[in-house]
Amino acid sequence: MRYLSHTEADRRRMLDVIGVDSVDVLFSPIPEGLRATGLDLPAGLSELETRQRLEALAGRNRTYGGASFLGAGSYHHGVPAAVRSLTSRAEFATAYTPYQAEVAQGTLQHIFEFQTALCELTGLGAANASMYDGPSALAEAAFLALRHNHRERILASAGLHPEERQVVETYASGPGFEVSTLDLDETSGRTLSPTASDLEGVGALLVRQPNFYGVIEDLRPLVEAAHEAGALLVVSQYPVSLGLLAPPGQIGADVAVGDVQPFGNARSFGGPSAGYLVCREDLVRQLPGRLVGQTIDADGQISYALTLQAREQHIRRSKATSNICSNQALNALAATIHLALLGPRGLAELGEICVRRAHYLFQQLVEMPGIEPVFAGSFFNEFALRLPRPAAEFTRAMRARGIDPGVELEAVPSKEGRGGDQILVAVTEMNSPEDIGRYLTAARAVLAGEETPDA
Amino acid sequence: MLEMQPPIFARSRAGRRGLDLPAAGVPATGGSEGWSGSLAGLLGEVEMRDDPPRLPELAEPEVVRHYTKLSQLNHAVDTGFYPLGSCTMKYNPKVNDELAGLSGFAELHPYQAAEDVQGALQAMWELEQQLLELTGMRRASLQPAAGAHGELVGILMIRAWQRDRGEGHRDTVIVPDSAHGTNLATASMAGYKVVEMPSSERGLIDLGSLSGALSRHQVSALMLTNPNTLGLFEEDILEISRLTHEAGALIYYDGANLNAILGKAKPGEMGMDVVHVNLHKTFSTPHGGGGPGAGPVAVGETLEPYLPGPLVARRADSGGTGGAADIKGSADIKDSADTDGPAEFYFDRERPKSIGRVRGFYGNVGVLVRALAYITSMGGDGLLQAAEDAVLNANYLRARLRDTYEIPYDRLVMHEFVASASRQKLYGVNARDLAKRILDFGMHAPSIYFPLIVPEALMIEPTETENRDTLDAFVEVMRQIDRECRENPELVQTAPHTTPVRRPDEVLAARRPVLRWKPEDDVSG
Repeated sequence: MRYLSHTEADRRRMLDVIGVDSVDVLFSPIPEGLRATGLDLPAGLSELETRQRLEALAGRNRTYGGASFLGAGSYHHGVPAAVRSLTSRAEFATAYTPYQAEVAQGTLQHIFEFQTALCELTGLGAANASMYDGPSALAEAAFLALRHNHRERILASAGLHPEERQVVETYASGPGFEVSTLDLDETSGRTLSPTASDLEGVGALLVRQPNFYGVIEDLRPLVEAAHEAGALLVVSQYPVSLGLLAPPGQIGADVAVGDVQPFGNARSFGGPSAGYLVCREDLVRQLPGRLVGQTIDADGQISYALTLQAREQHIRRSKATSNICSNQALNALAATIHLALLGPRGLAELGEICVRRAHYLFQQLVEMPGIEPVFAGSFFNEFALRLPRPAAEFTRAMRARGIDPGVELEAVPSKEGRGGDQILVAVTEMNSPEDIGRYLTAARAVLAGEETPDA
Repeated sequence: MLEMQPPIFARSRAGRRGLDLPAAGVPATGGSEGWSGSLAGLLGEVEMRDDPPRLPELAEPEVVRHYTKLSQLNHAVDTGFYPLGSCTMKYNPKVNDELAGLSGFAELHPYQAAEDVQGALQAMWELEQQLLELTGMRRASLQPAAGAHGELVGILMIRAWQRDRGEGHRDTVIVPDSAHGTNLATASMAGYKVVEMPSSERGLIDLGSLSGALSRHQVSALMLTNPNTLGLFEEDILEISRLTHEAGALIYYDGANLNAILGKAKPGEMGMDVVHVNLHKTFSTPHGGGGPGAGPVAVGETLEPYLPGPLVARRADSGGTGGAADIKGSADIKDSADTDGPAEFYFDRERPKSIGRVRGFYGNVGVLVRALAYITSMGGDGLLQAAEDAVLNANYLRARLRDTYEIPYDRLVMHEFVASASRQKLYGVNARDLAKRILDFGMHAPSIYFPLIVPEALMIEPTETENRDTLDAFVEVMRQIDRECRENPELVQTAPHTTPVRRPDEVLAARRPVLRWKPEDDVSG
């Protein structure tokens, strides 16, 4: 086996040093009745055969390149070559958690830079080293809020991603926290302002920006209502929008979460990416997960170390703020590098390209007979449409023309349930004007009932 | 020369940039109110950002050099020995990274139609079957992103099962005092009280303590790690299983140490109800300096209905039975011309008792692909050899170090063993000092001060991918350091001496937390 070095002679000599006759003796602590008799798995394969087998599996998947208009929490953004090259470096990729700071300054410093970048983006004071993904970061943020104000109720905007909502509910089911819903205004698609009774006993108000249906929320009234009731406002935000839209810190939100997948991380069928969690500086001791701090070493040199570890499971055990240990450091690094390449102007430009292309596609589509926006509220780069025929039929016909036109909302089950005639369309810098033109041509043909051309 | 670098933010110079973007390029026919008008015209009455974020402004070469230099400050599996106990820092095969990066995996959107993602679904399905064969369990969810995430899934499933049978009053999880901190934190995150049981003199779960805890508390679950954190196999595991189940509780098996027993013993046959597997330990996916990992959770019959969904399923008419019966090994890979009719693999969302999701989408798929490639490469025979060599290496190091270092539970171990710096402490040197001194020799330190039941613990896990020369070199380093403890303890107490930085002042870091760079605080020049 190519990953193992020992020859039979090596093994023999090592067994002699240990003082046993055979490898079987080493396994004698396993009670005899439990000893397995081998594995019902195929024999090993050479690198070449492994590659062929996995390439065949990859080949059974269809990718759409610039003709993919799917978003809904996973976005098609360019990954700069420098990001891929740097994150592939074995010194980053094959290190463990930075437990020995003196030989992990590379990891510690890039996490410190990630924390800084996320504070800058969100306008809040303290970021951790990353969470598993956006939805689990939201659940942890809700727990953070409830620890802070000693309450047990969570109020969730109906504009959350349905899967985000489900993750919050799963996490809440253990301690028995209650999760209730704050509806959307059916015309604008924005979250309705909560009443005093909606907020009674609520410790965390959760809202998504732009919301799942792409609509840009007006967060000021929500933050005021939440604070009036003693609750914290948690904003789950598509991070590309942070270059243009008011960040959570600016509107007075307490906690910001989301997923940095759009920065430097391929969609990869939904993972891995990295969640971010940033809070007001005074809440830092309630943060879950790892934190890196800048300090000085024994010679007075600036250096980095894991810090405030009294919050964490390996020190506090059952009193920790969370059980999280491994997180998504390498994905966070990809985001940090991508953001360093973009800079503030690049980030704003990226957002602007997405907005302009999305609005162009939207305008052209809603001029087609029978297509209408689901909501009237303004949007960033994603929008929901009502179609004159079943969404499943439309998307199938579009895919036959080489376009993956949007997510069928019925296929993402939500509490409220959305009609089978609705799709959610996302546009990014990866959808070129030509791709958008092909979308429009194909949509016209499909809606006119033209036969699918042979592929 | 390895030098520390200023934060990238301090390198910023106004006006530079490292990425060019295309023009929006959409037709300019919308006028000031349309798509090519002002952004405000497009976005309407929304509040915009007042001040731009202070991200670095740098050209691409500057960014590349900065992160390349940062990378060189790290120790990694590819640069040297990494005997970090319980972390299974084995070699991470390069081909697996390439395969996970294939556009057919990396460029998939999670909401693509099932017929467009048959290869990805088959990959997930095959990995699940492989893990079931290795653990002896019945069904698995690939969703958890890490071991601790898998623990949370397991404990929430146990809680849901107990509530369903009217035993929601059970409020306690018991763990041995040798447990990893995540076990306790998981239980309390799920709303449980935690009771720690003292280990026996042999370093194992004490049956008397277990019976006592089971009778004194309303126990919901026992969480255990086997082999345990001392590297010892729980010899009474069947009795532990019997006692726990008779008391109406279930057992969570932390599979962090599964590497030692691949093909040698299966948690399912030990009577375990739920087990998580760390793909970034046992199945060689790179740990990335703290993730991404993956912590699939496998269950037996009792908990199967509670698994987080969706699960990947295979249609019964496609050559398999759709269940867990035909699972060993792998299915044929059909070509894409074969896609008429309902897709062979699909997401099963009809799981009414499921505890629900614990993350978005389906899991860290890029990590799952690497693990599939690893298991496919190794095969049953290779995995068995890996387990044998891992155990051989651990016992070899134990045998060669026992004259120099105290080994509190000095008998046959599995994948790792725990030594103690108690002898060296007589010279004023503790486990931390020793660990720091090891770094000076280009090796990573063992895990230290864990498990908590061994004073001055040094937890050593060499893994199977290290050759005898490396193990012997480590022994020589450990012996030299022991001599230094006697002859020149200060050298060890003040270590490391050759690393890019000396010991960071952790007290200062915690007392005055500096968690982000700010221009006004910058002292890096």
